[in-house]
Amino acid sequence: MEQFLQQVVNGISLGSIYALIALGYTMVYGIIKLINFAHGDVYMIGAFVGFAAITYGKMGFFPALLVAMISCAIIGVVIEKVAYKPLRNSTRIAALITAIGVSLFLEYVMMFFVGAEVRSYPKVLTEKAFHLGSVVINMQQIYIVLTAIALMILLQFIVHKTKTGKAMRAVSIDPDAAQLMGIKVDSTISYTFAIGSAFAGAAGVLVGIYYNSIDPLMGILPGLKAFVAAVFGGIGSIPGAMIGGLTIGTMETFVSGYGNSMYRDAAVFLFLIVILIIKPSGLLGKNTREKV
Amino acid sequence: MPLLSIEKVTKSFGGLTAVSNVSMHLNKGELVGLIGPNGAGKTTLFNLLTGVYEPTSGSIKLQLEEEKNPRELGGLKPYNVTKTGLARTFQNIRLFKDLTVLDNVRIAMHQNIQYQLPSAFLHFNKYHKEEDRLKEEAERLLDIFHLAHKKNELAKNLPYGEQRHLEIARALATKPVILLLDEPAAGMNPQETASLTETIKWLRKEFDLTILLIEHDMSLVMKICERIYVLDYGMLIASGKPAEIRANKRVIEAYLGEEVSHA
Amino acid sequence: MTSVLTKKNLLILGCILLTFVLVQVLMSVGFITSFHEITLATICINIILAVSLNLVTGFTGQFSLGHAGFMSIGAYVCALIVMRFDSVAGFLVGILAAALAATIVGILIGIPTLRLKGDYLAIATLGMAEIIRVVFLNLEITNGAAGLSGIPRYTNWFWMYLFVVLTIVLINNFIRSSHGRACISIREDEIAAESMGINTTKFKVMAFAIGSFFAGIAGALYASYFYFIKPNTFGFLKSIDILVIVVLGGMGSITGSIIAAVLLALVSTFLQSFTAVRMIFYALVLVIIMIFRPQGLLGTKEITDLFKFRRKNERIE
Repeated sequence: MEQFLQQVVNGISLGSIYALIALGYTMVYGIIKLINFAHGDVYMIGAFVGFAAITYGKMGFFPALLVAMISCAIIGVVIEKVAYKPLRNSTRIAALITAIGVSLFLEYVMMFFVGAEVRSYPKVLTEKAFHLGSVVINMQQIYIVLTAIALMILLQFIVHKTKTGKAMRAVSIDPDAAQLMGIKVDSTISYTFAIGSAFAGAAGVLVGIYYNSIDPLMGILPGLKAFVAAVFGGIGSIPGAMIGGLTIGTMETFVSGYGNSMYRDAAVFLFLIVILIIKPSGLLGKNTREKV
Repeated sequence: MPLLSIEKVTKSFGGLTAVSNVSMHLNKGELVGLIGPNGAGKTTLFNLLTGVYEPTSGSIKLQLEEEKNPRELGGLKPYNVTKTGLARTFQNIRLFKDLTVLDNVRIAMHQNIQYQLPSAFLHFNKYHKEEDRLKEEAERLLDIFHLAHKKNELAKNLPYGEQRHLEIARALATKPVILLLDEPAAGMNPQETASLTETIKWLRKEFDLTILLIEHDMSLVMKICERIYVLDYGMLIASGKPAEIRANKRVIEAYLGEEVSHA
Repeated sequence: MTSVLTKKNLLILGCILLTFVLVQVLMSVGFITSFHEITLATICINIILAVSLNLVTGFTGQFSLGHAGFMSIGAYVCALIVMRFDSVAGFLVGILAAALAATIVGILIGIPTLRLKGDYLAIATLGMAEIIRVVFLNLEITNGAAGLSGIPRYTNWFWMYLFVVLTIVLINNFIRSSHGRACISIREDEIAAESMGINTTKFKVMAFAIGSFFAGIAGALYASYFYFIKPNTFGFLKSIDILVIVVLGGMGSITGSIIAAVLLALVSTFLQSFTAVRMIFYALVLVIIMIFRPQGLLGTKEITDLFKFRRKNERIE
């Protein structure tokens, strides 16, 4: 039972991180129907920016988090403008291939500058841990979960209470109609990328702190898993991404804890394929069919 | 027994009933029209007949002359429906745009091809024989629609009217018993429509076809169809000879209603 | 026209033999060194991989990100066989078994996943390839992450060339058959294809199985050329490598895949010691091609179209 609770605790902290990344996937997909493959790499860049801010800028946790989020927001917008915007009217496969290209580009440009080796993250949080019976909750986990919750509340506020949020929802339903209603589609898409990327940046810093190591290829797997989370929750749905993130995180810690940690990644992908086949629209997604 | 019997077919999408309790039949050799205002469920009915959708309830039966028992078409996959002898065109033209005119027709002939995978890989003599036959047959079909000289052009480069014709040629290439035409005259000018009318009549005789036709152009339907069914809000509101339909009060209401709401 | 020995076929055969002899001679006089030979092997293996992926992605329109997974199955199966039966016969049996094993897995994976469309299919195939990799990482017989080493080398210029030619001829023939046209119709418009009597699921799985078959052969040749294989050789990045070739050459052009495989292998050889630069280059190729020439270098054109064009002109004159 205690091991079970411990896995739940670990799962929730890992899952919060996946949820933060998944939000970016889901928002971008919702608005331009693109699997932004490069999203995992934006998260990697967030981790490196946070690393630099703490190590060289001597910043604390929150300032570093903020710097990482802002940098990633800018990078996200630039990626959209340079690589995706010219392809807005081409096939989805062309857009997906471009996204893969951007992803490789970010990974290896980073590798070119910082090298391929794994770095250990500086310690910015106290090492304190709380014991509830034999269940251990450490300070990092509390920070991760609280930061994630705060950001998600912020996102809900943006999407449902602000003008930008309303524009985002309108564009995701029908970009042409939104344009006719006087919504600036281009800047709405930019906002979406900015917010999604900022969240990925935050997740990067949190992961750096949680796993204590970063490298230029660190974004690939968590990126894919966050995508799985987004699909599971129903791609395009914000609450879905949160539920999906937590589910994938918990599933992963349980497979590692009770089964074989080597099969952790395979389990996530198997899960993805099963969802795609049984319910491709995900938990909270809408079903669409092609008109004949 | 009629060739095709549609018995109490209903199709609902979630809460919306697109086709409700519709019964129709086609006799062998008939040319029947299906009309109704926009959104009346005509294309949905076509999609039910051709296996794109599965009926929520009801049955669709095909009674071929040479067979003892009728075949149930409801719930079959589209390619199996085509194999049993129904072919269709699409309202919004779905040609293989980036392929040649000839390939468009040859693809539709695949189900009658007489060679197997090994020949496909190794191009045995059987392959060459069959491919020659295929090409000949395809060209003969294209000739009917005056498209033979354009056989190597890409379908997307044909003018609109010829694309509509190519769609019919492609449907015929599947060797159908029943041909379903979804607004074949849409977007055509009066001369083109007139020539299409003649072609449809001629095809029915030449290929021994039974034709069901969805059409907005009332003059075309009234001119060539022997019987007409009228759908409105997914329900069958009238059926009969053109003259009867023209005088039917409910039909007039349905169409006038549409015009009023359009204004 | 029903004879196999047409003028055109004889000409092609002559070119094929000439290329073989030319390279063989250049190798024996030492103009092509053993260093060059590695590039040559890469080119051959990549041609097989790219042409087979092109059948799935370019011609049938099913976007797969897991081609390296099938390659890895071929590599392991052939390696395990040839390590036990160290002979040319063992090697050939290994290749056959590799191809069949990859085909079977391809069919098993294809049936459920090919119902998905576009980007969802891409992710599912990526996931499947990752699962295959994880399985190889954990199996005892494949020696886990360390991989298999000391695989006897039987792959040489003759075998590589033979299988390259076989792959190109067979896939090219297939595409030019009624079955191949059925596959292409799926890429063009799946709903119209179904309405024209094409069992789309069957042909998607067929294309996928054929693609896997040849990917398995490529893997087998790889294993018996490079002595050493490990699961991470066949990861996501290898699938991307193959995709870059297909995209650059043109989705739907076999000639394009061949040219792109040669070009990219040469570029990689020059950038061999700069992994990051090579990958940045690949990344830029993908993005730039998609933005400025999404149909790739050749689009859907083939080298044979060139002859057709000339013939048409002659007739006009």
